[in-house]
Amino acid sequence: MNTWQHTQIKGLFKTPIELPSLMDEIPLGIAVLDTQRRIVLINRAFEALSGFSLGDARGIPCFHIMRSRLCIQKCPIKKMDSNSESISVESDMINKERELIPVLINLSPIKDTHGHLIGFLETVEDLRPLKEVDAKIQQAYGFRHIIGKSREMTKLFQTIPLVAQNDSAVLITGETGTGKDMLAEAIHQASNRAKGPFVKINCGALPETLLESELFGHQKGAFTGAVENKPGRFRLAHNGTLYLTEVGDLPLALQVKLLTFLDDKVVYPLGSTKGFQANVRVITATHRNLDMMVKERMFRKDLMFRLNVVRLHLPPLRKRGDDVRLILDHFLNIFASRFRKDVKNISKKALQILLDYSFPGNVRELRNVVEYAVNICPKGQIQPMHLPAYLMDAKSQSALSPFGEAEPSEWSAPPITSNIEKSDHWTWASRERDIIMEALVKAGGRRNKAAAILGWGRSTLWRKMKQYKINEQ
Amino acid sequence: MLIALYGDQVAPRFDLATEVHIFQMAGNGELLEQKTVVLPRASAEQLCHLVLVEKIQTVICGGIEDEYYKYLTWKNVSVFDSVVGSYKAAIKRLQSKTLRPGDIIRESIVRRKNGTEPQKLV
Repeated sequence: MNTWQHTQIKGLFKTPIELPSLMDEIPLGIAVLDTQRRIVLINRAFEALSGFSLGDARGIPCFHIMRSRLCIQKCPIKKMDSNSESISVESDMINKERELIPVLINLSPIKDTHGHLIGFLETVEDLRPLKEVDAKIQQAYGFRHIIGKSREMTKLFQTIPLVAQNDSAVLITGETGTGKDMLAEAIHQASNRAKGPFVKINCGALPETLLESELFGHQKGAFTGAVENKPGRFRLAHNGTLYLTEVGDLPLALQVKLLTFLDDKVVYPLGSTKGFQANVRVITATHRNLDMMVKERMFRKDLMFRLNVVRLHLPPLRKRGDDVRLILDHFLNIFASRFRKDVKNISKKALQILLDYSFPGNVRELRNVVEYAVNICPKGQIQPMHLPAYLMDAKSQSALSPFGEAEPSEWSAPPITSNIEKSDHWTWASRERDIIMEALVKAGGRRNKAAAILGWGRSTLWRKMKQYKINEQ
Repeated sequence: MLIALYGDQVAPRFDLATEVHIFQMAGNGELLEQKTVVLPRASAEQLCHLVLVEKIQTVICGGIEDEYYKYLTWKNVSVFDSVVGSYKAAIKRLQSKTLRPGDIIRESIVRRKNGTEPQKLV
């Protein structure tokens, strides 16, 4: 029974070599079968993939060992003869660890020197790494903890895995509460640096002198109170990612120092002449308009160019259309289970109030509103009375500046072309209504034509018109 | 007790089995009642449902996904998975209380004369 142990290849080199040891070096699962489809030999990669050792598998029909869908439903070897070409089929298998593994199986006949069929060669490639990347790109409704199905967010979810794979500097822009921190962490987690540290520092939270020491570290005795060496965030983030949030608040003096680091990748702690070569990916974020700040000489242009290698913009919630409903349901489920409350859904009236609101605080504000409502609502359905009072007060809503310090139109992707005068405090519902009205005007009131202009079906247009009560007017 | 079948062999995949052998065994190992059931289609969910409906206490199969393995064991069903060999040989081992998960009953495979193609039962 040990003959396979001495299977040798002769004539390839001066001295014979062992076939099994050669096969073991190939990082692809390989099984050699006889004409009865019994296992003759498997390599180490196949053992690792299937969980069966060569001793266990030898002499056993391959369907018992491979356990692939292909073996059971339509084994191609049954019809294979010496003249057959090799076949490559995608399938799956269940290994001894009870894992369902997507695999690419390649089957080909083995012929002797006379061309007679003497067995089959089966190679098995584990497709899990490829499928994981595909899943990341295709899973458009969410990435890590960020969810959304609007066009902008879908595009963003498809971009993140690609951006994560390299070390380019990333600048994340967006209003407050749009999820900049979560996006930065998602990029880190999806990158090759995921096993390294993710160090976050808020540039707006500390005074200039403290911030410098915090970022770059200091040497013992560098200034009064520096009683010991401090490594600094750059050094702590070595082999990982440093996330600088509110980079727009970084003082000009420190902007120069950050610029130097981005060029040389060397950190000089305060009071030290010895630099430290830090392998750090820098991700920055701001809710401020950096382009405007550059014009006003509040932010260095050269630093802006270095940070702005990949710019990812998170759209404000009011521009994310149906995402409000999606995020609302998401938080409703989370808080209902966290607070152990039997709150199932939201009433139509309460939903309409939320849809009509412009959410200057974006997703964070929506999250807080839902948390409040779940707290207040005893059980069943969330009613308007369970929502914070300020939502229903139109005056207070208009009194708020929805855009904070940033001008969103400057950050955003080009808006939908519309000749309708834009209101500062529009909601998605009002914008959609305006677009429908514009299309109807263009089409001279003909709904078929208006639907074609909008790229919708006639029934969708009818439904939306009914929703916005356009008919009644 | 239930054995997922692939012809006369223990099914290599629980989720792809279209036949099952259901039997009762007395404490002394005597087989009391046996039947082979043909399923309308292969489905791990339906097979799990059948296991619960028939009040099966032991399942014998080849490969099974962790999700279904955990579900069945959670429902207090003993699962002997990764069993390789003919179903009759598996029953014999069960009768002699020597069957273990991962058993390869080599003699029941190697001695077969009609090649490796499993023989149809039904």
